[in-house]
Amino acid sequence: MSTRDLTVPVAAPATPWRQRLGTMVPILVLAPSLAASFIYVFVFTLWTLYLSLSSSSLMPTYGFVGLDNYASLWANRRWNIAYTNLFLFSGFYIVGSMAIGLLLAILIDQRVRGEAVWRTIFLYPLAVSFIVTGTVWSWLYNPVDGIQAFVRGLGWTDFSFALTANRNTAIYAVIITGIWQSSGFAMALFLAGLRSVDPDLVKAAQIDGASVSRTYRKVILPTIAPIFLAVAVIQIQFAIKTFDLVAALTRGGPGVSTTFPAIYVYDLMFQRGQIGEGAAAAMMMLAALAVVLMPYSLWIVWRRRAEGRNG
Amino acid sequence: MAEIAPSARHDPEAAAATRRYFWNRFLVYAVLALFAVIYLAPLLVVVFNSLREQSDIARNGLISLPRSFRFDAWAQAWGTYCVSGTCEGMKRNFFNSLWMTIPATLISTLLGAMNGYVLSKWRFKGSEILFNLMLLGVFMPGQISLMPWAFLLGKLGLTNSTYGLVLIHVVQGVSFTTLFCRNFYVSIPDDLIKAARIDGAGFWRIFRKIILPLSPPILIVTVIWQFTGIWNEYLFGVVFTSGQQQPITAALVALTAGGTTARAYDVMSAAVLIGALPPLLIYLFGGKYFVRGLTQGAIK
Repeated sequence: MSTRDLTVPVAAPATPWRQRLGTMVPILVLAPSLAASFIYVFVFTLWTLYLSLSSSSLMPTYGFVGLDNYASLWANRRWNIAYTNLFLFSGFYIVGSMAIGLLLAILIDQRVRGEAVWRTIFLYPLAVSFIVTGTVWSWLYNPVDGIQAFVRGLGWTDFSFALTANRNTAIYAVIITGIWQSSGFAMALFLAGLRSVDPDLVKAAQIDGASVSRTYRKVILPTIAPIFLAVAVIQIQFAIKTFDLVAALTRGGPGVSTTFPAIYVYDLMFQRGQIGEGAAAAMMMLAALAVVLMPYSLWIVWRRRAEGRNG
Repeated sequence: MAEIAPSARHDPEAAAATRRYFWNRFLVYAVLALFAVIYLAPLLVVVFNSLREQSDIARNGLISLPRSFRFDAWAQAWGTYCVSGTCEGMKRNFFNSLWMTIPATLISTLLGAMNGYVLSKWRFKGSEILFNLMLLGVFMPGQISLMPWAFLLGKLGLTNSTYGLVLIHVVQGVSFTTLFCRNFYVSIPDDLIKAARIDGAGFWRIFRKIILPLSPPILIVTVIWQFTGIWNEYLFGVVFTSGQQQPITAALVALTAGGTTARAYDVMSAAVLIGALPPLLIYLFGGKYFVRGLTQGAIK
């Protein structure tokens, strides 16, 4: 409330001209970033929307073709693979990294020694780029030089682990690597949540004789339920935007088996010269993000209001 | 513990509890250690391979302890290794990334701090709406902006240049930095600002004398977040630059894309580590701030 009052200048002796300029300063400071963001968010989106409705192929052209690009996009087998992969990846990736992240968070929450060391180990993949992670894991998955060769060298000569060599399993290589990269992230958020639970609540449960696992299931985890949702929403976002990881790990292959929407957009726009359809695919990515984020942000706003009302 | 131990001698129930406690602790550490191994293994593999002889890697595979330590692969990856005709290693791409990341980080952080200051302490009619509008930039997928950027960079003569990437990262990053700073500055008491205004301090003076001195925690978080994010970025790098102008992420993909020829895993490992090192060092030395940025950026 009190910030509103601040816009009325308090320092009195100034000419009207200087005064007016003074009140303009905050807006002038904000203006360049606002203009850039406005262009970035709205103009660029409308631009791409228009391209998606145009006959652009190698170069952007502005002949209007309606929804043709969307029709041919959804008729494309490779796009079909792309969004099927996205669903498959999202499901396993979110459940997998949340499960591992929660497990690690609960373990670390048991007053372990060297907490900082454990946390550092589990989180470092997040500091490194998907390009680095994807490259290294592509070597590990390589049947000739990687994990398969290693285990066979130990004496288990029939051991087979060649996920990326096979069209049907390559997507699981992407999933495993994705989980490896980001379960530390889930851990960090869960741990922050566990630490925010009211200790009296936990103590009360223990006095009532609840076991550790029961305390977690009935008292602690329900109170951090919003964090589950937050982690899931953030990870769906990651999943929809997945590009670097696949580009470095499988390059969309073998064949087109690990195509993702983002890979598809890149390929159509810059490799195949089908800008119109590529733009249509990019719009679908935006739509997917909106479908996930809009209800979530509405829910957040609603919850804040509800909290405000209840005190 | 101290209370349980002596009574354990007499009480079988307490003894069982002690035993259970011990096994619980053991299990906790065992599972943590197992995951630690899984997390560290890939890093160790790359570090080892960057120090091994290529002939050793070819014979014994990637996962093996080094028999010798040599830094030839590092030297090659840094300065002399050949990628599609040019034999300059990763050096040039490393500096491309550096000259892209440093200015983009500093500019976007500075803008974010000023925007955050305005949006928290100099609110005006509609400023909340403008803030939410800027927030949308956080969620935009890069793919939406590819064609417009291609056009704009072409018009500005910034195609295939580090400056072009700086521009993109500043525009894309400013919504993040504004969000971080605004949420931090909101917690600075308004009375402090009011008092300063009564004393006759203006917009910039309050920023310099009150806001900036309180800002280091959030500025460190923002700089780390921006630096690692921009350094690790790949999409814009690969789309808008080529060859010698590429940042290191794009160059790494080009380097490791080698066809059917025997792969120089030793050099590639060193190259990957060169690409991973700056954010890794930042993470190791600023871990606390890195995690803070992560959780703050996420929760919002």
